Amino acid sequence: MQEYTLLSVQAFGNLFRKPFYGADLITQSDSIGVGSLPIVILTGFFTGGVLALQSASTLAQFGAKAVTGELVSLSMIKELGPVLTGLMLTGRNASGMASELGSMKVSEQIDAMRALGTDPVKKLVTPRVIATIVMSFFLTIISDLVGIAGGGAVSISMLGLDASQYFHNAYQTLQYPDIIQGLLKPVFFGFIISTVGCFFGMNTTGGTRGVGKATTQAVVVASVCIIASDFIISRILIGIFGR
Amino acid sequence: MPETATLTPEQPAHSDVPEQVLVFEDVGIYFEDHPVLQNVSFVVNRGETRILLGPAGVGKSVLLKMANGLLKPDTGRIMLFGQDIAKLTEDELLVLRRRVGMVFQESALFDSLDVEDNVAYRLEEENVSPEECTARVEEALRFVELEHTLQKFPSELSGGMRRRVAIARAIITKPDLLLYDSPTGGLDPITSTTIIELVVKQRDFYGTTAMLVTHRLQDAFVMATHHYDAEKKSMQPIADNGLDPNTSFLVLNDGKVVFDGTTHDLVHSDDPFLKEYLA
Repeated sequence: MQEYTLLSVQAFGNLFRKPFYGADLITQSDSIGVGSLPIVILTGFFTGGVLALQSASTLAQFGAKAVTGELVSLSMIKELGPVLTGLMLTGRNASGMASELGSMKVSEQIDAMRALGTDPVKKLVTPRVIATIVMSFFLTIISDLVGIAGGGAVSISMLGLDASQYFHNAYQTLQYPDIIQGLLKPVFFGFIISTVGCFFGMNTTGGTRGVGKATTQAVVVASVCIIASDFIISRILIGIFGR
Repeated sequence: MPETATLTPEQPAHSDVPEQVLVFEDVGIYFEDHPVLQNVSFVVNRGETRILLGPAGVGKSVLLKMANGLLKPDTGRIMLFGQDIAKLTEDELLVLRRRVGMVFQESALFDSLDVEDNVAYRLEEENVSPEECTARVEEALRFVELEHTLQKFPSELSGGMRRRVAIARAIITKPDLLLYDSPTGGLDPITSTTIIELVVKQRDFYGTTAMLVTHRLQDAFVMATHHYDAEKKSMQPIADNGLDPNTSFLVLNDGKVVFDGTTHDLVHSDDPFLKEYLA
């Protein structure tokens, strides 16, 4: 825990120290952001769709099928968008970071970097942390929008709801606290994904077997931390905003 | 060895190299309470090439990493260019390490970068202009006779070629100290001789202070008994069975220094361990 905290502090502290690895930041942003776009869109779309499908049948029992848009919108923006995007990024990027940095560690490339006078935390960890936080934020917005669209597609084509009613409800129900909650979570999740992935990668030992172990640990720990922190963040924000 | 390199002896980039480049004073290091090195003391003087011998697992690579500040000692003191590495911050160490070239046991080339970017890594970090960068990369690769591999990735190179690229990466900044960690380990005898020839060429042409770890006695004695002939552009035996005066030996056993001296003293030692080890 102490080493994890030190690495996280160091990664952020490096933002204010030269040199700034702008090219690495752009490369990582492209890899994490653009590279994760397809899975985030697919996950978001089908989650929104299945949410509409499942909730509509329950809501219909109370004659409230018309509020499907409201339910999909709130669920996607406050919970499912951030959490599912976080979990997708964990599967794709925390594992990638742990295995890439782990391979570099066991093949002495990290030591070689230090021997060549470069701080590996600054060169490898800081760009990944910043890129993941920023990209997680934007990918969550995309996931939210696509999820609402997916719910809309199902509601209109399969449940016979009116398009304008669905989207009007989906929009009208949202309040600023919901948006703040939905956009604050990915910042924390991005931080968790990248720091956990980098931590396990940078501390890999035991050859190729160790790389596999580090990758598994990174995915498991980051996933659990995302779900646990989601509960804590939700509780705090509900306490602050009252919804 | 084919003739490709145009060699020009140059002064080291740093003129402030102290007489004692590297000093170990009673150095010890423990891994999980197990002593790996104990009471290790020796000096590497400017222009000297020190060959570190010892059985596998005795701590030779650990010692080399400590010399570069990659590992810090638990006891004793290590002075690199007159500075106590234990008292330096990681940032200060990064600056100090730029004066040291290191060749790792398994080359440790960055596998996501091609040969050109691997060799140019340090220069790019220092924001050297692309033109100068290219020229110096070509010069370094010419030295190791791999100028045709610029665009290849490490995975496309043989083990021997990777070691030569690692040497090019280590010497491109004309360091004041070169550390070679088993540069011939796992290579066939012909490729090993090529690598040793490069090390000897670097020693005799640039006079760079160096420390070389090896468990191949043959390589060690080739270095001690040969010099680089610039006219013939190859490594030749020193006349009259002579020995290179700047090459000396350090032998480790059980985490301790059991020999520190010249080639002549080593081969004439009466120490039972050394006799058995050299036999």
